[in-house]
Amino acid sequence: MRRGASFWRYVVLGIGGLAFLFPFYYMIVGSLQESPDPTPAGAFPDPSNLTLDNYVAIDERIDLLQGLLNSGIFTGGVLLGTVVFGVLAGYALAVLHWRGRGVTFALALLVQVVPFQLLMIPLYVLIARDYGLADSYLGMILPFAINSTAVIVFRQYFLQLPRELFDSAAVDGAGELRTLWSVALPLVRPVVLTVVLLTFIGPWNEFLWPFLITKEQSMQPLAVSLANYISNVAASAANPFGAVLAGAVVLAVPAVVLFIVFQRYFRTTNIGSGVKG
Amino acid sequence: MTVLDFDARAADGAPPPPGRRRARRGGLLGKNPAGLLFSAPYLVFVAVVFAFPLGFAVWISFHDYFFAAPGADVARPFVGLDNYTSVLSDPAVRRSFVNIGIFLIINVPLTVGLSLVLATLLNQVVRGRTFLRVAFYVPYVTASVAIVGVWLFLFNGNGLVNEILGPLAPDPPWLINSAWAMPSIAFFVTWKQLGFYILLYLAALQNVPRELYEAAATDGAGRLRTFWSVTVPAVRPATVLVVLLSTIIGANLFTEPYLLTGGGGPNGASASPVLIMYQRGIEQGTPGVAAALGVVLVVLVLLVAWLQRRFVGGDES
Repeated sequence: MRRGASFWRYVVLGIGGLAFLFPFYYMIVGSLQESPDPTPAGAFPDPSNLTLDNYVAIDERIDLLQGLLNSGIFTGGVLLGTVVFGVLAGYALAVLHWRGRGVTFALALLVQVVPFQLLMIPLYVLIARDYGLADSYLGMILPFAINSTAVIVFRQYFLQLPRELFDSAAVDGAGELRTLWSVALPLVRPVVLTVVLLTFIGPWNEFLWPFLITKEQSMQPLAVSLANYISNVAASAANPFGAVLAGAVVLAVPAVVLFIVFQRYFRTTNIGSGVKG
Repeated sequence: MTVLDFDARAADGAPPPPGRRRARRGGLLGKNPAGLLFSAPYLVFVAVVFAFPLGFAVWISFHDYFFAAPGADVARPFVGLDNYTSVLSDPAVRRSFVNIGIFLIINVPLTVGLSLVLATLLNQVVRGRTFLRVAFYVPYVTASVAIVGVWLFLFNGNGLVNEILGPLAPDPPWLINSAWAMPSIAFFVTWKQLGFYILLYLAALQNVPRELYEAAATDGAGRLRTFWSVTVPAVRPATVLVVLLSTIIGANLFTEPYLLTGGGGPNGASASPVLIMYQRGIEQGTPGVAAALGVVLVVLVLLVAWLQRRFVGGDES
């Protein structure tokens, strides 16, 4: 009885795992096929039909390296802003007593449910038109500069550290800045990785915002240039699917590798608190 | 008692006189005014990127707003509800609301059901747990743009899915079939986001008291009975959250109809409200109409979220 139940559990979970992983496997196989083979046999790599030409083809059209670099700068800027200012705000929210703390915490929760569709038009008007930040990294980064979920995650982390750590530093006469620098920051390392993972997928995968404000191809993150390739030029390529899938692999690999390597930092206990507040 | 005062003290690291510290307690800015200083960048960010644009969106929606060269002084007259009337009388907009309704009716129940079942099973196994957990959230961490490429390949007229289905395949194929385009997008988004909701449910399941399961076992409840009478009620707060988040994310739908069905096709059958906002506001240069559409959409989403909370939330919320 128990053995049977456990068997069926694994059957259902296995079907689930297959359904989640197969498209990725198919993405890689398809990106290496010289001519697309949509038949069931095409799901198994055929050595005579394998090539790296698709990667060359997509690179000629959208400059993968430049796209990766733009995605990296966009993501790096957001990560920097989120980690630096998020730690500060999270520490202040958890440890310090100051007027406006409750309101700031409520704002950090509220901001997470403000839908981007309402902000899209005014942000476009302000950033692209009024401030002239179209086709610039700053314009891309600005709306995402500090991830509110990360602020909450930092706050929860500092809250669960023993209060005496901070109190005894205060008794020793350290100022708030010094306590932050020499007591709080050295402890913060494990949660920084969680925050980096949580924040990374936002800008790296973001399409709508950079798509709105970058018209120059040399400034576009990879997600945007690949999307433009899919919607505009794919029809004119010799093996459009192969080229699209090759681009997709290049876009997907950094995020997937990061999450596999650091999977233990992306767990329910780490992120649950941030989302639930 | 000011921020500057704190800065000076922190800079030279001199211990504060004990008496002064106690005196701060009732200060104008609270016991640790530095908190405000530390949070200032975040507060400025929220003001610039959220609060001001929110107000600005509402302002634009009541004016005849158009794009002009930066610095040019142009009149943008108040037009009352004109933008709202043109939004509500636009058949394409109405169609997009019906589409997003179809999307949510498929996406939200499917998301709740599948993620709860998979999380419950995952919570019960030991071997292969990490592998499965990672496998489940790989789609979530991957860019939609990348995965859309594979789905186009899979669901194409002579793609793998239709090859396997043979005569059962819909004609015209999924993404260019007006009856199947929106459901296809709903399945795609459900599949892509599921891993994140599984993580939320896993967290909730770990907080369910073990005694509840033991009591159910003592009463001789079967596996399904235990799931219905113990697990489902115990994770209800998480369910409320999953329903709320999937509704908000669904209402923001843009990338999938833009790429997967080539701009909301066929013939508007998969256009989402945000796609229409993009077309009206930025392609056609009528931000007033787009802003009004945004306001209407958000009001509707809030209404739906409130209804969901009443029905899913049960008594406690």
